[in-house]
Amino acid sequence: MVDASLKRPLSFDVNGKTVNVDVAPMARLLDVLREDLHLTGAKEGCGEGECGACAVIVDDKLVNSCLIPALQARGASVRTIEGVAKGDVLHDVQKAFLTWGGAQCGICTPGMVLAAVSLLEKNPKPTEQDVRVALAGNLCRCTGYMKIFESVLKACETAMARESASEAAR
Amino acid sequence: MKPFAYSRETGLDHALARGKEDGVRYLAGGTTLIDLMRLGVEEPSTVVDLRALPLRDIKADGDGVQIGALATNTEVAYHPLIAKAYPVLSEALLSGASPQLRNMASVGGNLLQRTRCSYFRDPSSPCNKRMAGSGCPALDGYNRSNAILGVSSSCIATHPSDMAVALLALDAVVHVRGGGGERAVPMGDFHVAPGSTPAVETALQKGEIITHVTVPASPFAQRSHYVKVRDRASYAFALSSAAVALDVSGGVVKSARVVLGGVATKPWRATEAEAELVGKPPTSMSFDAAGAAAVRGAVPRTHNAFKVELAKRTVARALRDLVGKA
Repeated sequence: MVDASLKRPLSFDVNGKTVNVDVAPMARLLDVLREDLHLTGAKEGCGEGECGACAVIVDDKLVNSCLIPALQARGASVRTIEGVAKGDVLHDVQKAFLTWGGAQCGICTPGMVLAAVSLLEKNPKPTEQDVRVALAGNLCRCTGYMKIFESVLKACETAMARESASEAAR
Repeated sequence: MKPFAYSRETGLDHALARGKEDGVRYLAGGTTLIDLMRLGVEEPSTVVDLRALPLRDIKADGDGVQIGALATNTEVAYHPLIAKAYPVLSEALLSGASPQLRNMASVGGNLLQRTRCSYFRDPSSPCNKRMAGSGCPALDGYNRSNAILGVSSSCIATHPSDMAVALLALDAVVHVRGGGGERAVPMGDFHVAPGSTPAVETALQKGEIITHVTVPASPFAQRSHYVKVRDRASYAFALSSAAVALDVSGGVVKSARVVLGGVATKPWRATEAEAELVGKPPTSMSFDAAGAAAVRGAVPRTHNAFKVELAKRTVARALRDLVGKA
């Protein structure tokens, strides 16, 4: 029998850096990210896997960190919204959200951006339907979604324009 | 949430031994269990994490396919062995939940997922499934999402899985391991109707673990389709769904599968609907007859009577779409 009150060591990668923390058996990945590592981008919305505000990317897959016991993340590679920009340079998706009104109150934004980044890494030229499907697990109560879909599609345009410009320059 | 201990097992035999302990719950994808633990519906003292067990492969099995119990819903839905040969299974999986939940949820967990009945999910409410003999407030309460088929005076909770509906239509077999060795349970026997013991939902015994699911080749597997009707276009449980499959040759239906979801207490094979199709040309007339046969014996209640007509039309539409797309 394992003691439910005993903290256990946990080591995993967050945004490319290995972290070591002691966590309670019942801590969720979301708790460790927010409380122990002070990465407060992931939000607790519903805490039941419904809203996607806590979404992070674990081993290249978008997941809800509120449903993952932290100890399950042992050895995993986790990406949070804090690791999406490169230094001060925002990701195309982040820039597009700013420019095209994809973010309002901001609670859903980290999860939305990660869902979009996760989509574009697998499918760089999504249709609007692909975007809708990929973002279906992320609820937003402000935007009405249209500006979010538009932002993601604009981010693709930016990436494609840059790609063809660099090809032309070659 | 009630405090619990956590441990991770990497071997099946150790994991099986842990299952004999009191208060142990197995954890796979976490999308049902963690949620129910938060609500106080499940209160295990120890969670044994199975995710590291080597049960994740999807591979050819004779002419059919074998799917590891820990394969995620995403992995199954997009797998080349599944997407082409068993379209109904891919479609059913992709109609369920959201991308991030499908990335987490496992095949074994999907088979074992618990009902969305709001009385079951509220620990302050009576519920025969949660607490035997406490009563079923859904019978005369708010029952819009509840079942019209396979119901009893103890329980009218629907089975929420889309995947299981498709697997039943494909004659899949669930393979389980326990202290007494391995056994194979046909999908049709895996889920059980509530009767007077709604707490018993499946043929899985305490201490057993689902290892894999096999899906055989069949003459109708490739011509198969899933239609799901819900309150919004995505990310919602079915009000009604249908998995249909047809083997048509010489302009006549040789064999058929019609399975309903969202309207029954378990994935519901409608053999009377199948009988309406076999031996006839695949026409709208026989599709409508199949729809009508599928809901024969339905027991509607105050808020879910609409499901009788909805299920009828879901079956007919699924068959029409299937023939149209082939």
